[in-house]
Amino acid sequence: MAETSFINPFKAIKYLFKKPKTLCYPFELKEPAVRYRGFHINDWDKCTGCGNCADICPNEAIEMVKIAELVSKPEEGLKDERPELDYGRCCFCGLCVDICPPGSLSLTRDYFHIHFNTDTFTFIPRDEKADKDSFVSDDEYSVLKASLSHRKKDYRGFSPEIEYALFETDRVRMPEISPKKRKLSFIEQVIGYKKEEAISEATRCLGCKLCEQACPAHLQIYEYIHAIAEDLPEKSLRKIFEDNPIPSMCGRICMKHCEDACSLSIRGDALAIRWLKRFVADTIDDYKKALEITPGKSTGKKIAVIGAGPSGLSLAYFLRLKGHDVIVFDELPGGGGTLRTGPPTYRLPLDSIDKDVNYIKSLGVTFKFNTKVGKDIKFDKLLKDYDAVFLGIGNTVSFSTRVKNAEKCCLALEYLEDNKIGKQRKVGKKVIVIGGGNVAMDVARETIRLQHMQHPKEKVVTKTVSLEDWHELPATEEEIEEAKEEDIQFNPAWGPKEVVLDSNGNIKGLECKKVKSVFDGKGRFAPTFYENKTQFLEGDMVIEAIGQRPDFSFMGKRADKLQFTKRKKVKVDKNGMTSIPKVFAGGDIVNINLDAVTAIADAKVAAEGITKYLLK
Amino acid sequence: MRELELYFGPQHLGMVGNFSITLKVEGDRIKKADANPGYLHRGFEKLMEYRTWMQNFPLVCRINVVEPDHIELIYSMGVEKLAGIDVPLRGKFIRSIYCELARVGSHLFGLWAYSNMLGFDTVAQWAMYHRDLVLDLFEELTGARVYHIYIRPGGVRRDFPQGFEDKIISTLHSIGGKVPDYNATFFENRLFEKRAKGVGTLTRENAVKWGAVGHAMRATGMKYDIRKIEPYAAYDQVEWEVPTRNEGDAYSRLLAIRDEMIESVHMIFKLIDKMPKKGAVYTKTPNPFQWKIPAGEAYVRCESSRGELGLYIVSDGGDKPYRVHFRTPSYSHGLTILEKVLEGESIADVGNIMISLYVVAPEIDR
Repeated sequence: MAETSFINPFKAIKYLFKKPKTLCYPFELKEPAVRYRGFHINDWDKCTGCGNCADICPNEAIEMVKIAELVSKPEEGLKDERPELDYGRCCFCGLCVDICPPGSLSLTRDYFHIHFNTDTFTFIPRDEKADKDSFVSDDEYSVLKASLSHRKKDYRGFSPEIEYALFETDRVRMPEISPKKRKLSFIEQVIGYKKEEAISEATRCLGCKLCEQACPAHLQIYEYIHAIAEDLPEKSLRKIFEDNPIPSMCGRICMKHCEDACSLSIRGDALAIRWLKRFVADTIDDYKKALEITPGKSTGKKIAVIGAGPSGLSLAYFLRLKGHDVIVFDELPGGGGTLRTGPPTYRLPLDSIDKDVNYIKSLGVTFKFNTKVGKDIKFDKLLKDYDAVFLGIGNTVSFSTRVKNAEKCCLALEYLEDNKIGKQRKVGKKVIVIGGGNVAMDVARETIRLQHMQHPKEKVVTKTVSLEDWHELPATEEEIEEAKEEDIQFNPAWGPKEVVLDSNGNIKGLECKKVKSVFDGKGRFAPTFYENKTQFLEGDMVIEAIGQRPDFSFMGKRADKLQFTKRKKVKVDKNGMTSIPKVFAGGDIVNINLDAVTAIADAKVAAEGITKYLLK
Repeated sequence: MRELELYFGPQHLGMVGNFSITLKVEGDRIKKADANPGYLHRGFEKLMEYRTWMQNFPLVCRINVVEPDHIELIYSMGVEKLAGIDVPLRGKFIRSIYCELARVGSHLFGLWAYSNMLGFDTVAQWAMYHRDLVLDLFEELTGARVYHIYIRPGGVRRDFPQGFEDKIISTLHSIGGKVPDYNATFFENRLFEKRAKGVGTLTRENAVKWGAVGHAMRATGMKYDIRKIEPYAAYDQVEWEVPTRNEGDAYSRLLAIRDEMIESVHMIFKLIDKMPKKGAVYTKTPNPFQWKIPAGEAYVRCESSRGELGLYIVSDGGDKPYRVHFRTPSYSHGLTILEKVLEGESIADVGNIMISLYVVAPEIDR
């Protein structure tokens, strides 16, 4: 060791004359890093109350609490709950931020809270907008007052970043037939998930159950999706059948209110709930073996169901399980109702319908097809012979535009029905479809297929005319996108003025006028037009798809006793009973959603109501 | 001479951490030492069996307060091995840089404890200050100063912030610039030499026999470093040396720590140079609520600042670990080696030896 080792240590003396490194707190503050993980902040406008933060919290520091001032909106996937933090347990790991599907929760750079009352450490985070008093600007901020109720404004720290989120934002792509190929035939467009794809899609589910609230029939979505993820399709089917006896149909054409509410849809793709249901229904060939359901003990009560559509089928199933005898009447040669005649084969093939119907039949439900109530059997007779009657008749009559020469046009429902289960219609080379809803999309997309089949290698065109502009079109976005892919032309915000005929009385085209507005100030349907702004669309065939209504003529004079709501729906009480005793109703004639899953929801209500009525 | 029993810790000025040693002394000499762990037992390995694979990673860092980073790393490596997940290259580089920063920070903390113990208060304060600079880096990268919760199964949680590489380089330069001062005041100080040389000597045979790892092993001349033997993260991507010493006493262990720090700093510069400038930092793992890992078991190890850190992890195919066991370096250092090495040493050197062996109490208890 060198002699210098005695002197060297004294070199440290030079530090005596340097400024100290220690900060003189609280007069000198250290600015936390931009990513600092301090107290929470929650944007209540974005937060859906899904509770994923509470589920992932390793310390159970987060609890979801009901907030009185918030309103729960199940159909939009909004709960009236918000996370409450217990800072006695929080470890500031930020997992809650990374799992937050809407990205509303983040951490701030604040970390001071001093209080005599330990209760203040349980805290419901809000942001500057919702809690103006607690967040102050830099000038007003004083570290001496720093606490959960005295925080700096715009002081975000560790924030949600979608690329680092803990959930999977992208849906497993559903294999589909390409638009070029599919528009040439009626081949089913969606191929369906394979097992691995279904499992990996089902694994995306976060389990927040917002979907279950949004579903009109309140299916146990989390349970059946979870069973798919665990590779237990039978268990999944059993869960589905508790609330929905037509999964093969619903798995194809459901309006999927659940997916609109899915928390994953906020910053990514919604979970493919509908396709997963379809996967289960398609995977299991024999429902009976997988379900092992037997009807309940016979009650000796007989119920007549008019219409074998979604509501009628579901009601028959639910009632049969309760031990009632159910007889279903339908004028069509098979079950499915509107689903049998309406959705074209590329969306809903007949075997998928028959699979569900046959299972319900196998439970002991009697089906009387090709039997029109009112013609083949009198409605009064049903009322006399049966303990209860259910109307699940749906909307079966198409509206017409009633413009000049409208009688030359085809009507949507007849057109769809003939093409699906009757004699295929002859279509023109230039077809105009009036309407902007899902039926109009079905008609247009079916037409372009027929055109390609009937006029191969010729130039064909299908265009739609709708009163609504792009953003108002009532058809689902998915349908519109797929129609566009199939080269359907759109003419939104144009109204029909006159069907123009040539000298031989054949259709030459459609004269349209520009739409000023579709709805009035109160949101009611009341279209106004610019009478002088017109355009002529050339075409040799016009199909009207502007809406449908029910037909009560089979009831004869009793129809007059039916009471209706303001929106012209059949009025039913909380048990599903109409104003005529013993007569219950559900489906499109009752609800305004006009879809299968709402019909199932109606059937569930009516099944309980009928049982209560019969066994009182 | 009369034999006395002395309780050294947990309430003892010379003790760092919640740990205690019962000493049988004769005069100033220690006849026998018994380590008494258990003051900090929190049952982490059991707790982990009740948390999902993802919920566990904020928990594990608490096993070692001084250096949480390698525990995070080893847990993630274990899960990745079980689940068969590959980490993207940039993620691996970030992990290496992050762990080397942790090593520097941890060694500075150790230097604080050691020099403080011997009465070198000036050096102790420098070391603490310089550790704080490293913590500033961590704060900027991860959002927290001590429990970073940064390495997640699959990679790391966030990419480097803008300009972070330059910040690392400038911080390390400013710490590195003080090495001559450290040398003059401490490492080449005659007082330090007098206190540490020949104290707590561990021969190479004993080191192997008693399960010494890390710098204690390297101070006996063994080039034993998991980063070289079984390279993980990005340690095989750059050239670096394993510094060793031959004497095996407290003095050489401290110098080994210093040399390691210097080597780490050089390594970080090389890693930053070679790091891919773009790319993913983590591999997407399944939804944390439904993540199930196929049944199996894995043993992974890494080189923490105190030596070889191992993790044995078992999955029964569920969403939580079936069993987790950590093999921490302080376990052998604090229990077996400390007891043996203390025999025949003086009471005044208990803390000296213990800290030179880098015994961190929470690691023993877990």
